[in-house]
Amino acid sequence: MDTVISIENVSYHYPDAAENVLKNVSLAIPAGSFTAILGHNGSGKSTLAKLCNAILIPTEGRVTVNGLDTSLEDNLIPVRRTVGMVFQNPDNQIVASVVEDDVAFAPENLGVESAEIRRRVDDALRRVGMYEFRLHAPHLLSGGQKQRIAIAGVLAMQPKILVLDEPTAMLDPLGRKEVLSTVEELRAETGMTVLLITHHMDECIGADRVIVVSDGQLVMDGAPGEVFSRVEELRALGLDVPDTTETLYELRKAGLDLPLDALTIDACADVLAGLFTKSAE
Amino acid sequence: MLKDITLGQYFPGDTLVHRLDPRTKLISVVLDFIALFTANNWLSTAVVALTLILAVALSRIKPRALLKGMKPLMFIVVFTAVLNLFYTEGHVIAQFWIFRITSEGLRRTILMVLRIFLLVSCTFLLTYTTSPLQLTDGLEQLLRPLKKLRFPVHELAMMMSIALRFIPTLIEETDKIMSAQKARGADFETGGLMRRARALLPVLVPLFVSALRRADELATAMECRCYHGGEGRTRMKTLQMHTADHLTLLFWIGVLCCVIVLKRFGL
Repeated sequence: MDTVISIENVSYHYPDAAENVLKNVSLAIPAGSFTAILGHNGSGKSTLAKLCNAILIPTEGRVTVNGLDTSLEDNLIPVRRTVGMVFQNPDNQIVASVVEDDVAFAPENLGVESAEIRRRVDDALRRVGMYEFRLHAPHLLSGGQKQRIAIAGVLAMQPKILVLDEPTAMLDPLGRKEVLSTVEELRAETGMTVLLITHHMDECIGADRVIVVSDGQLVMDGAPGEVFSRVEELRALGLDVPDTTETLYELRKAGLDLPLDALTIDACADVLAGLFTKSAE
Repeated sequence: MLKDITLGQYFPGDTLVHRLDPRTKLISVVLDFIALFTANNWLSTAVVALTLILAVALSRIKPRALLKGMKPLMFIVVFTAVLNLFYTEGHVIAQFWIFRITSEGLRRTILMVLRIFLLVSCTFLLTYTTSPLQLTDGLEQLLRPLKKLRFPVHELAMMMSIALRFIPTLIEETDKIMSAQKARGADFETGGLMRRARALLPVLVPLFVSALRRADELATAMECRCYHGGEGRTRMKTLQMHTADHLTLLFWIGVLCCVIVLKRFGL
């Protein structure tokens, strides 16, 4: 598969900080993949996200998006329209007082023709299931709805990659579900590359690949089943494991022979059901 | 309590006046102002008044809403009326103690009060029938020629629309902070003016801190969506003048001419 984002030996230093937030990180994101980046606060995961669309330029090393070096001024707009970014607080990403005007913001900036903007806005709003709300005022919508508007606002640029920086951190459980299923549908329909930055373990279960960031370094990288099986290591890093893994892990400690990589609730239920039928025999 | 504040009072509707291009309405208001300041006699003022009554009727805005808007201006109206009524020289028609009312004074007072009332109603009609966003768009378009003089037209319009977008968000936030302070025993309702002003300080500080943080995040989000100033920017909704707009403008020019002609007759 083609690499769409390539991060090569990147270090980043905030101007007023004592040490590097990211230390010599290398990472390649293949096209069409769904990668989850995990880490607790201050691990450098948000910095990693902002490096992907030239909001931050690496202090050392190189980031390329579709082969374009993010540190070059001329690549700024092409990079940003390729990598769409959604942030934590939906209120602080919405620019206009009417939903459809907000979604139109990015294509307007790109100088797209009026009729084409209209088409893209309607399409983006339908994709996130907010078309009926196009004439509403954003501040009257729920957190999950606002975040879907923010996603639509990014989709209207027609990006190849979607980077979500803790998109559910400020939402209630219902809003979280809404946003995650929207992302899931988008992936299924468009095959878009998704980079999800989060500290909720449960949100990583559906990913192809989970990367754990700690203290500016990538400490784990693998399929979700693989990463979450390393329960002790994750705990040492101050991270939790999904409830499913937690259950299986505790049962294993109690002496039962169970696999740790049954991550989804259904898979976990099957394992537990198997346990009961075995003991019944 | 803060929810009661209505900024940019706009009454949504679908009348002829609502549908007009915001530029047409802005120009009409300017023409109306010129006409009102030109009008100096009964007939010319009456013409302007009639056109405004027609506009109000077409917009289906309740006259009561217009009168309500006048309330804060009552002081100025009374002040102007008193000045004109008692301090105009001329033919005395009534006198008591040190006050003297002249017929010229009476005439001038009525015309003045009428003029202020018409001026204010006209601006209210504009804000009542045009959404703040449309107004900003209209202003940006109308002021576009000033760009040549390096006047930051686009930036100003962008700032206005973002300010409008964040007013409800910040009001909500203020409410939250005030509730939090009240829960910890803050008292905003009693005491004199100074005391109450001082009580607001613990509300304003967190509000400013949060507003600055919001501004910072919004700027990043705007950059992520490829914002790079007004250059090369297109709009989804372009303003378009229709026949109704042209007719309205012609109508207002007609009214203005009419007023100028009537002024000559000095009725």
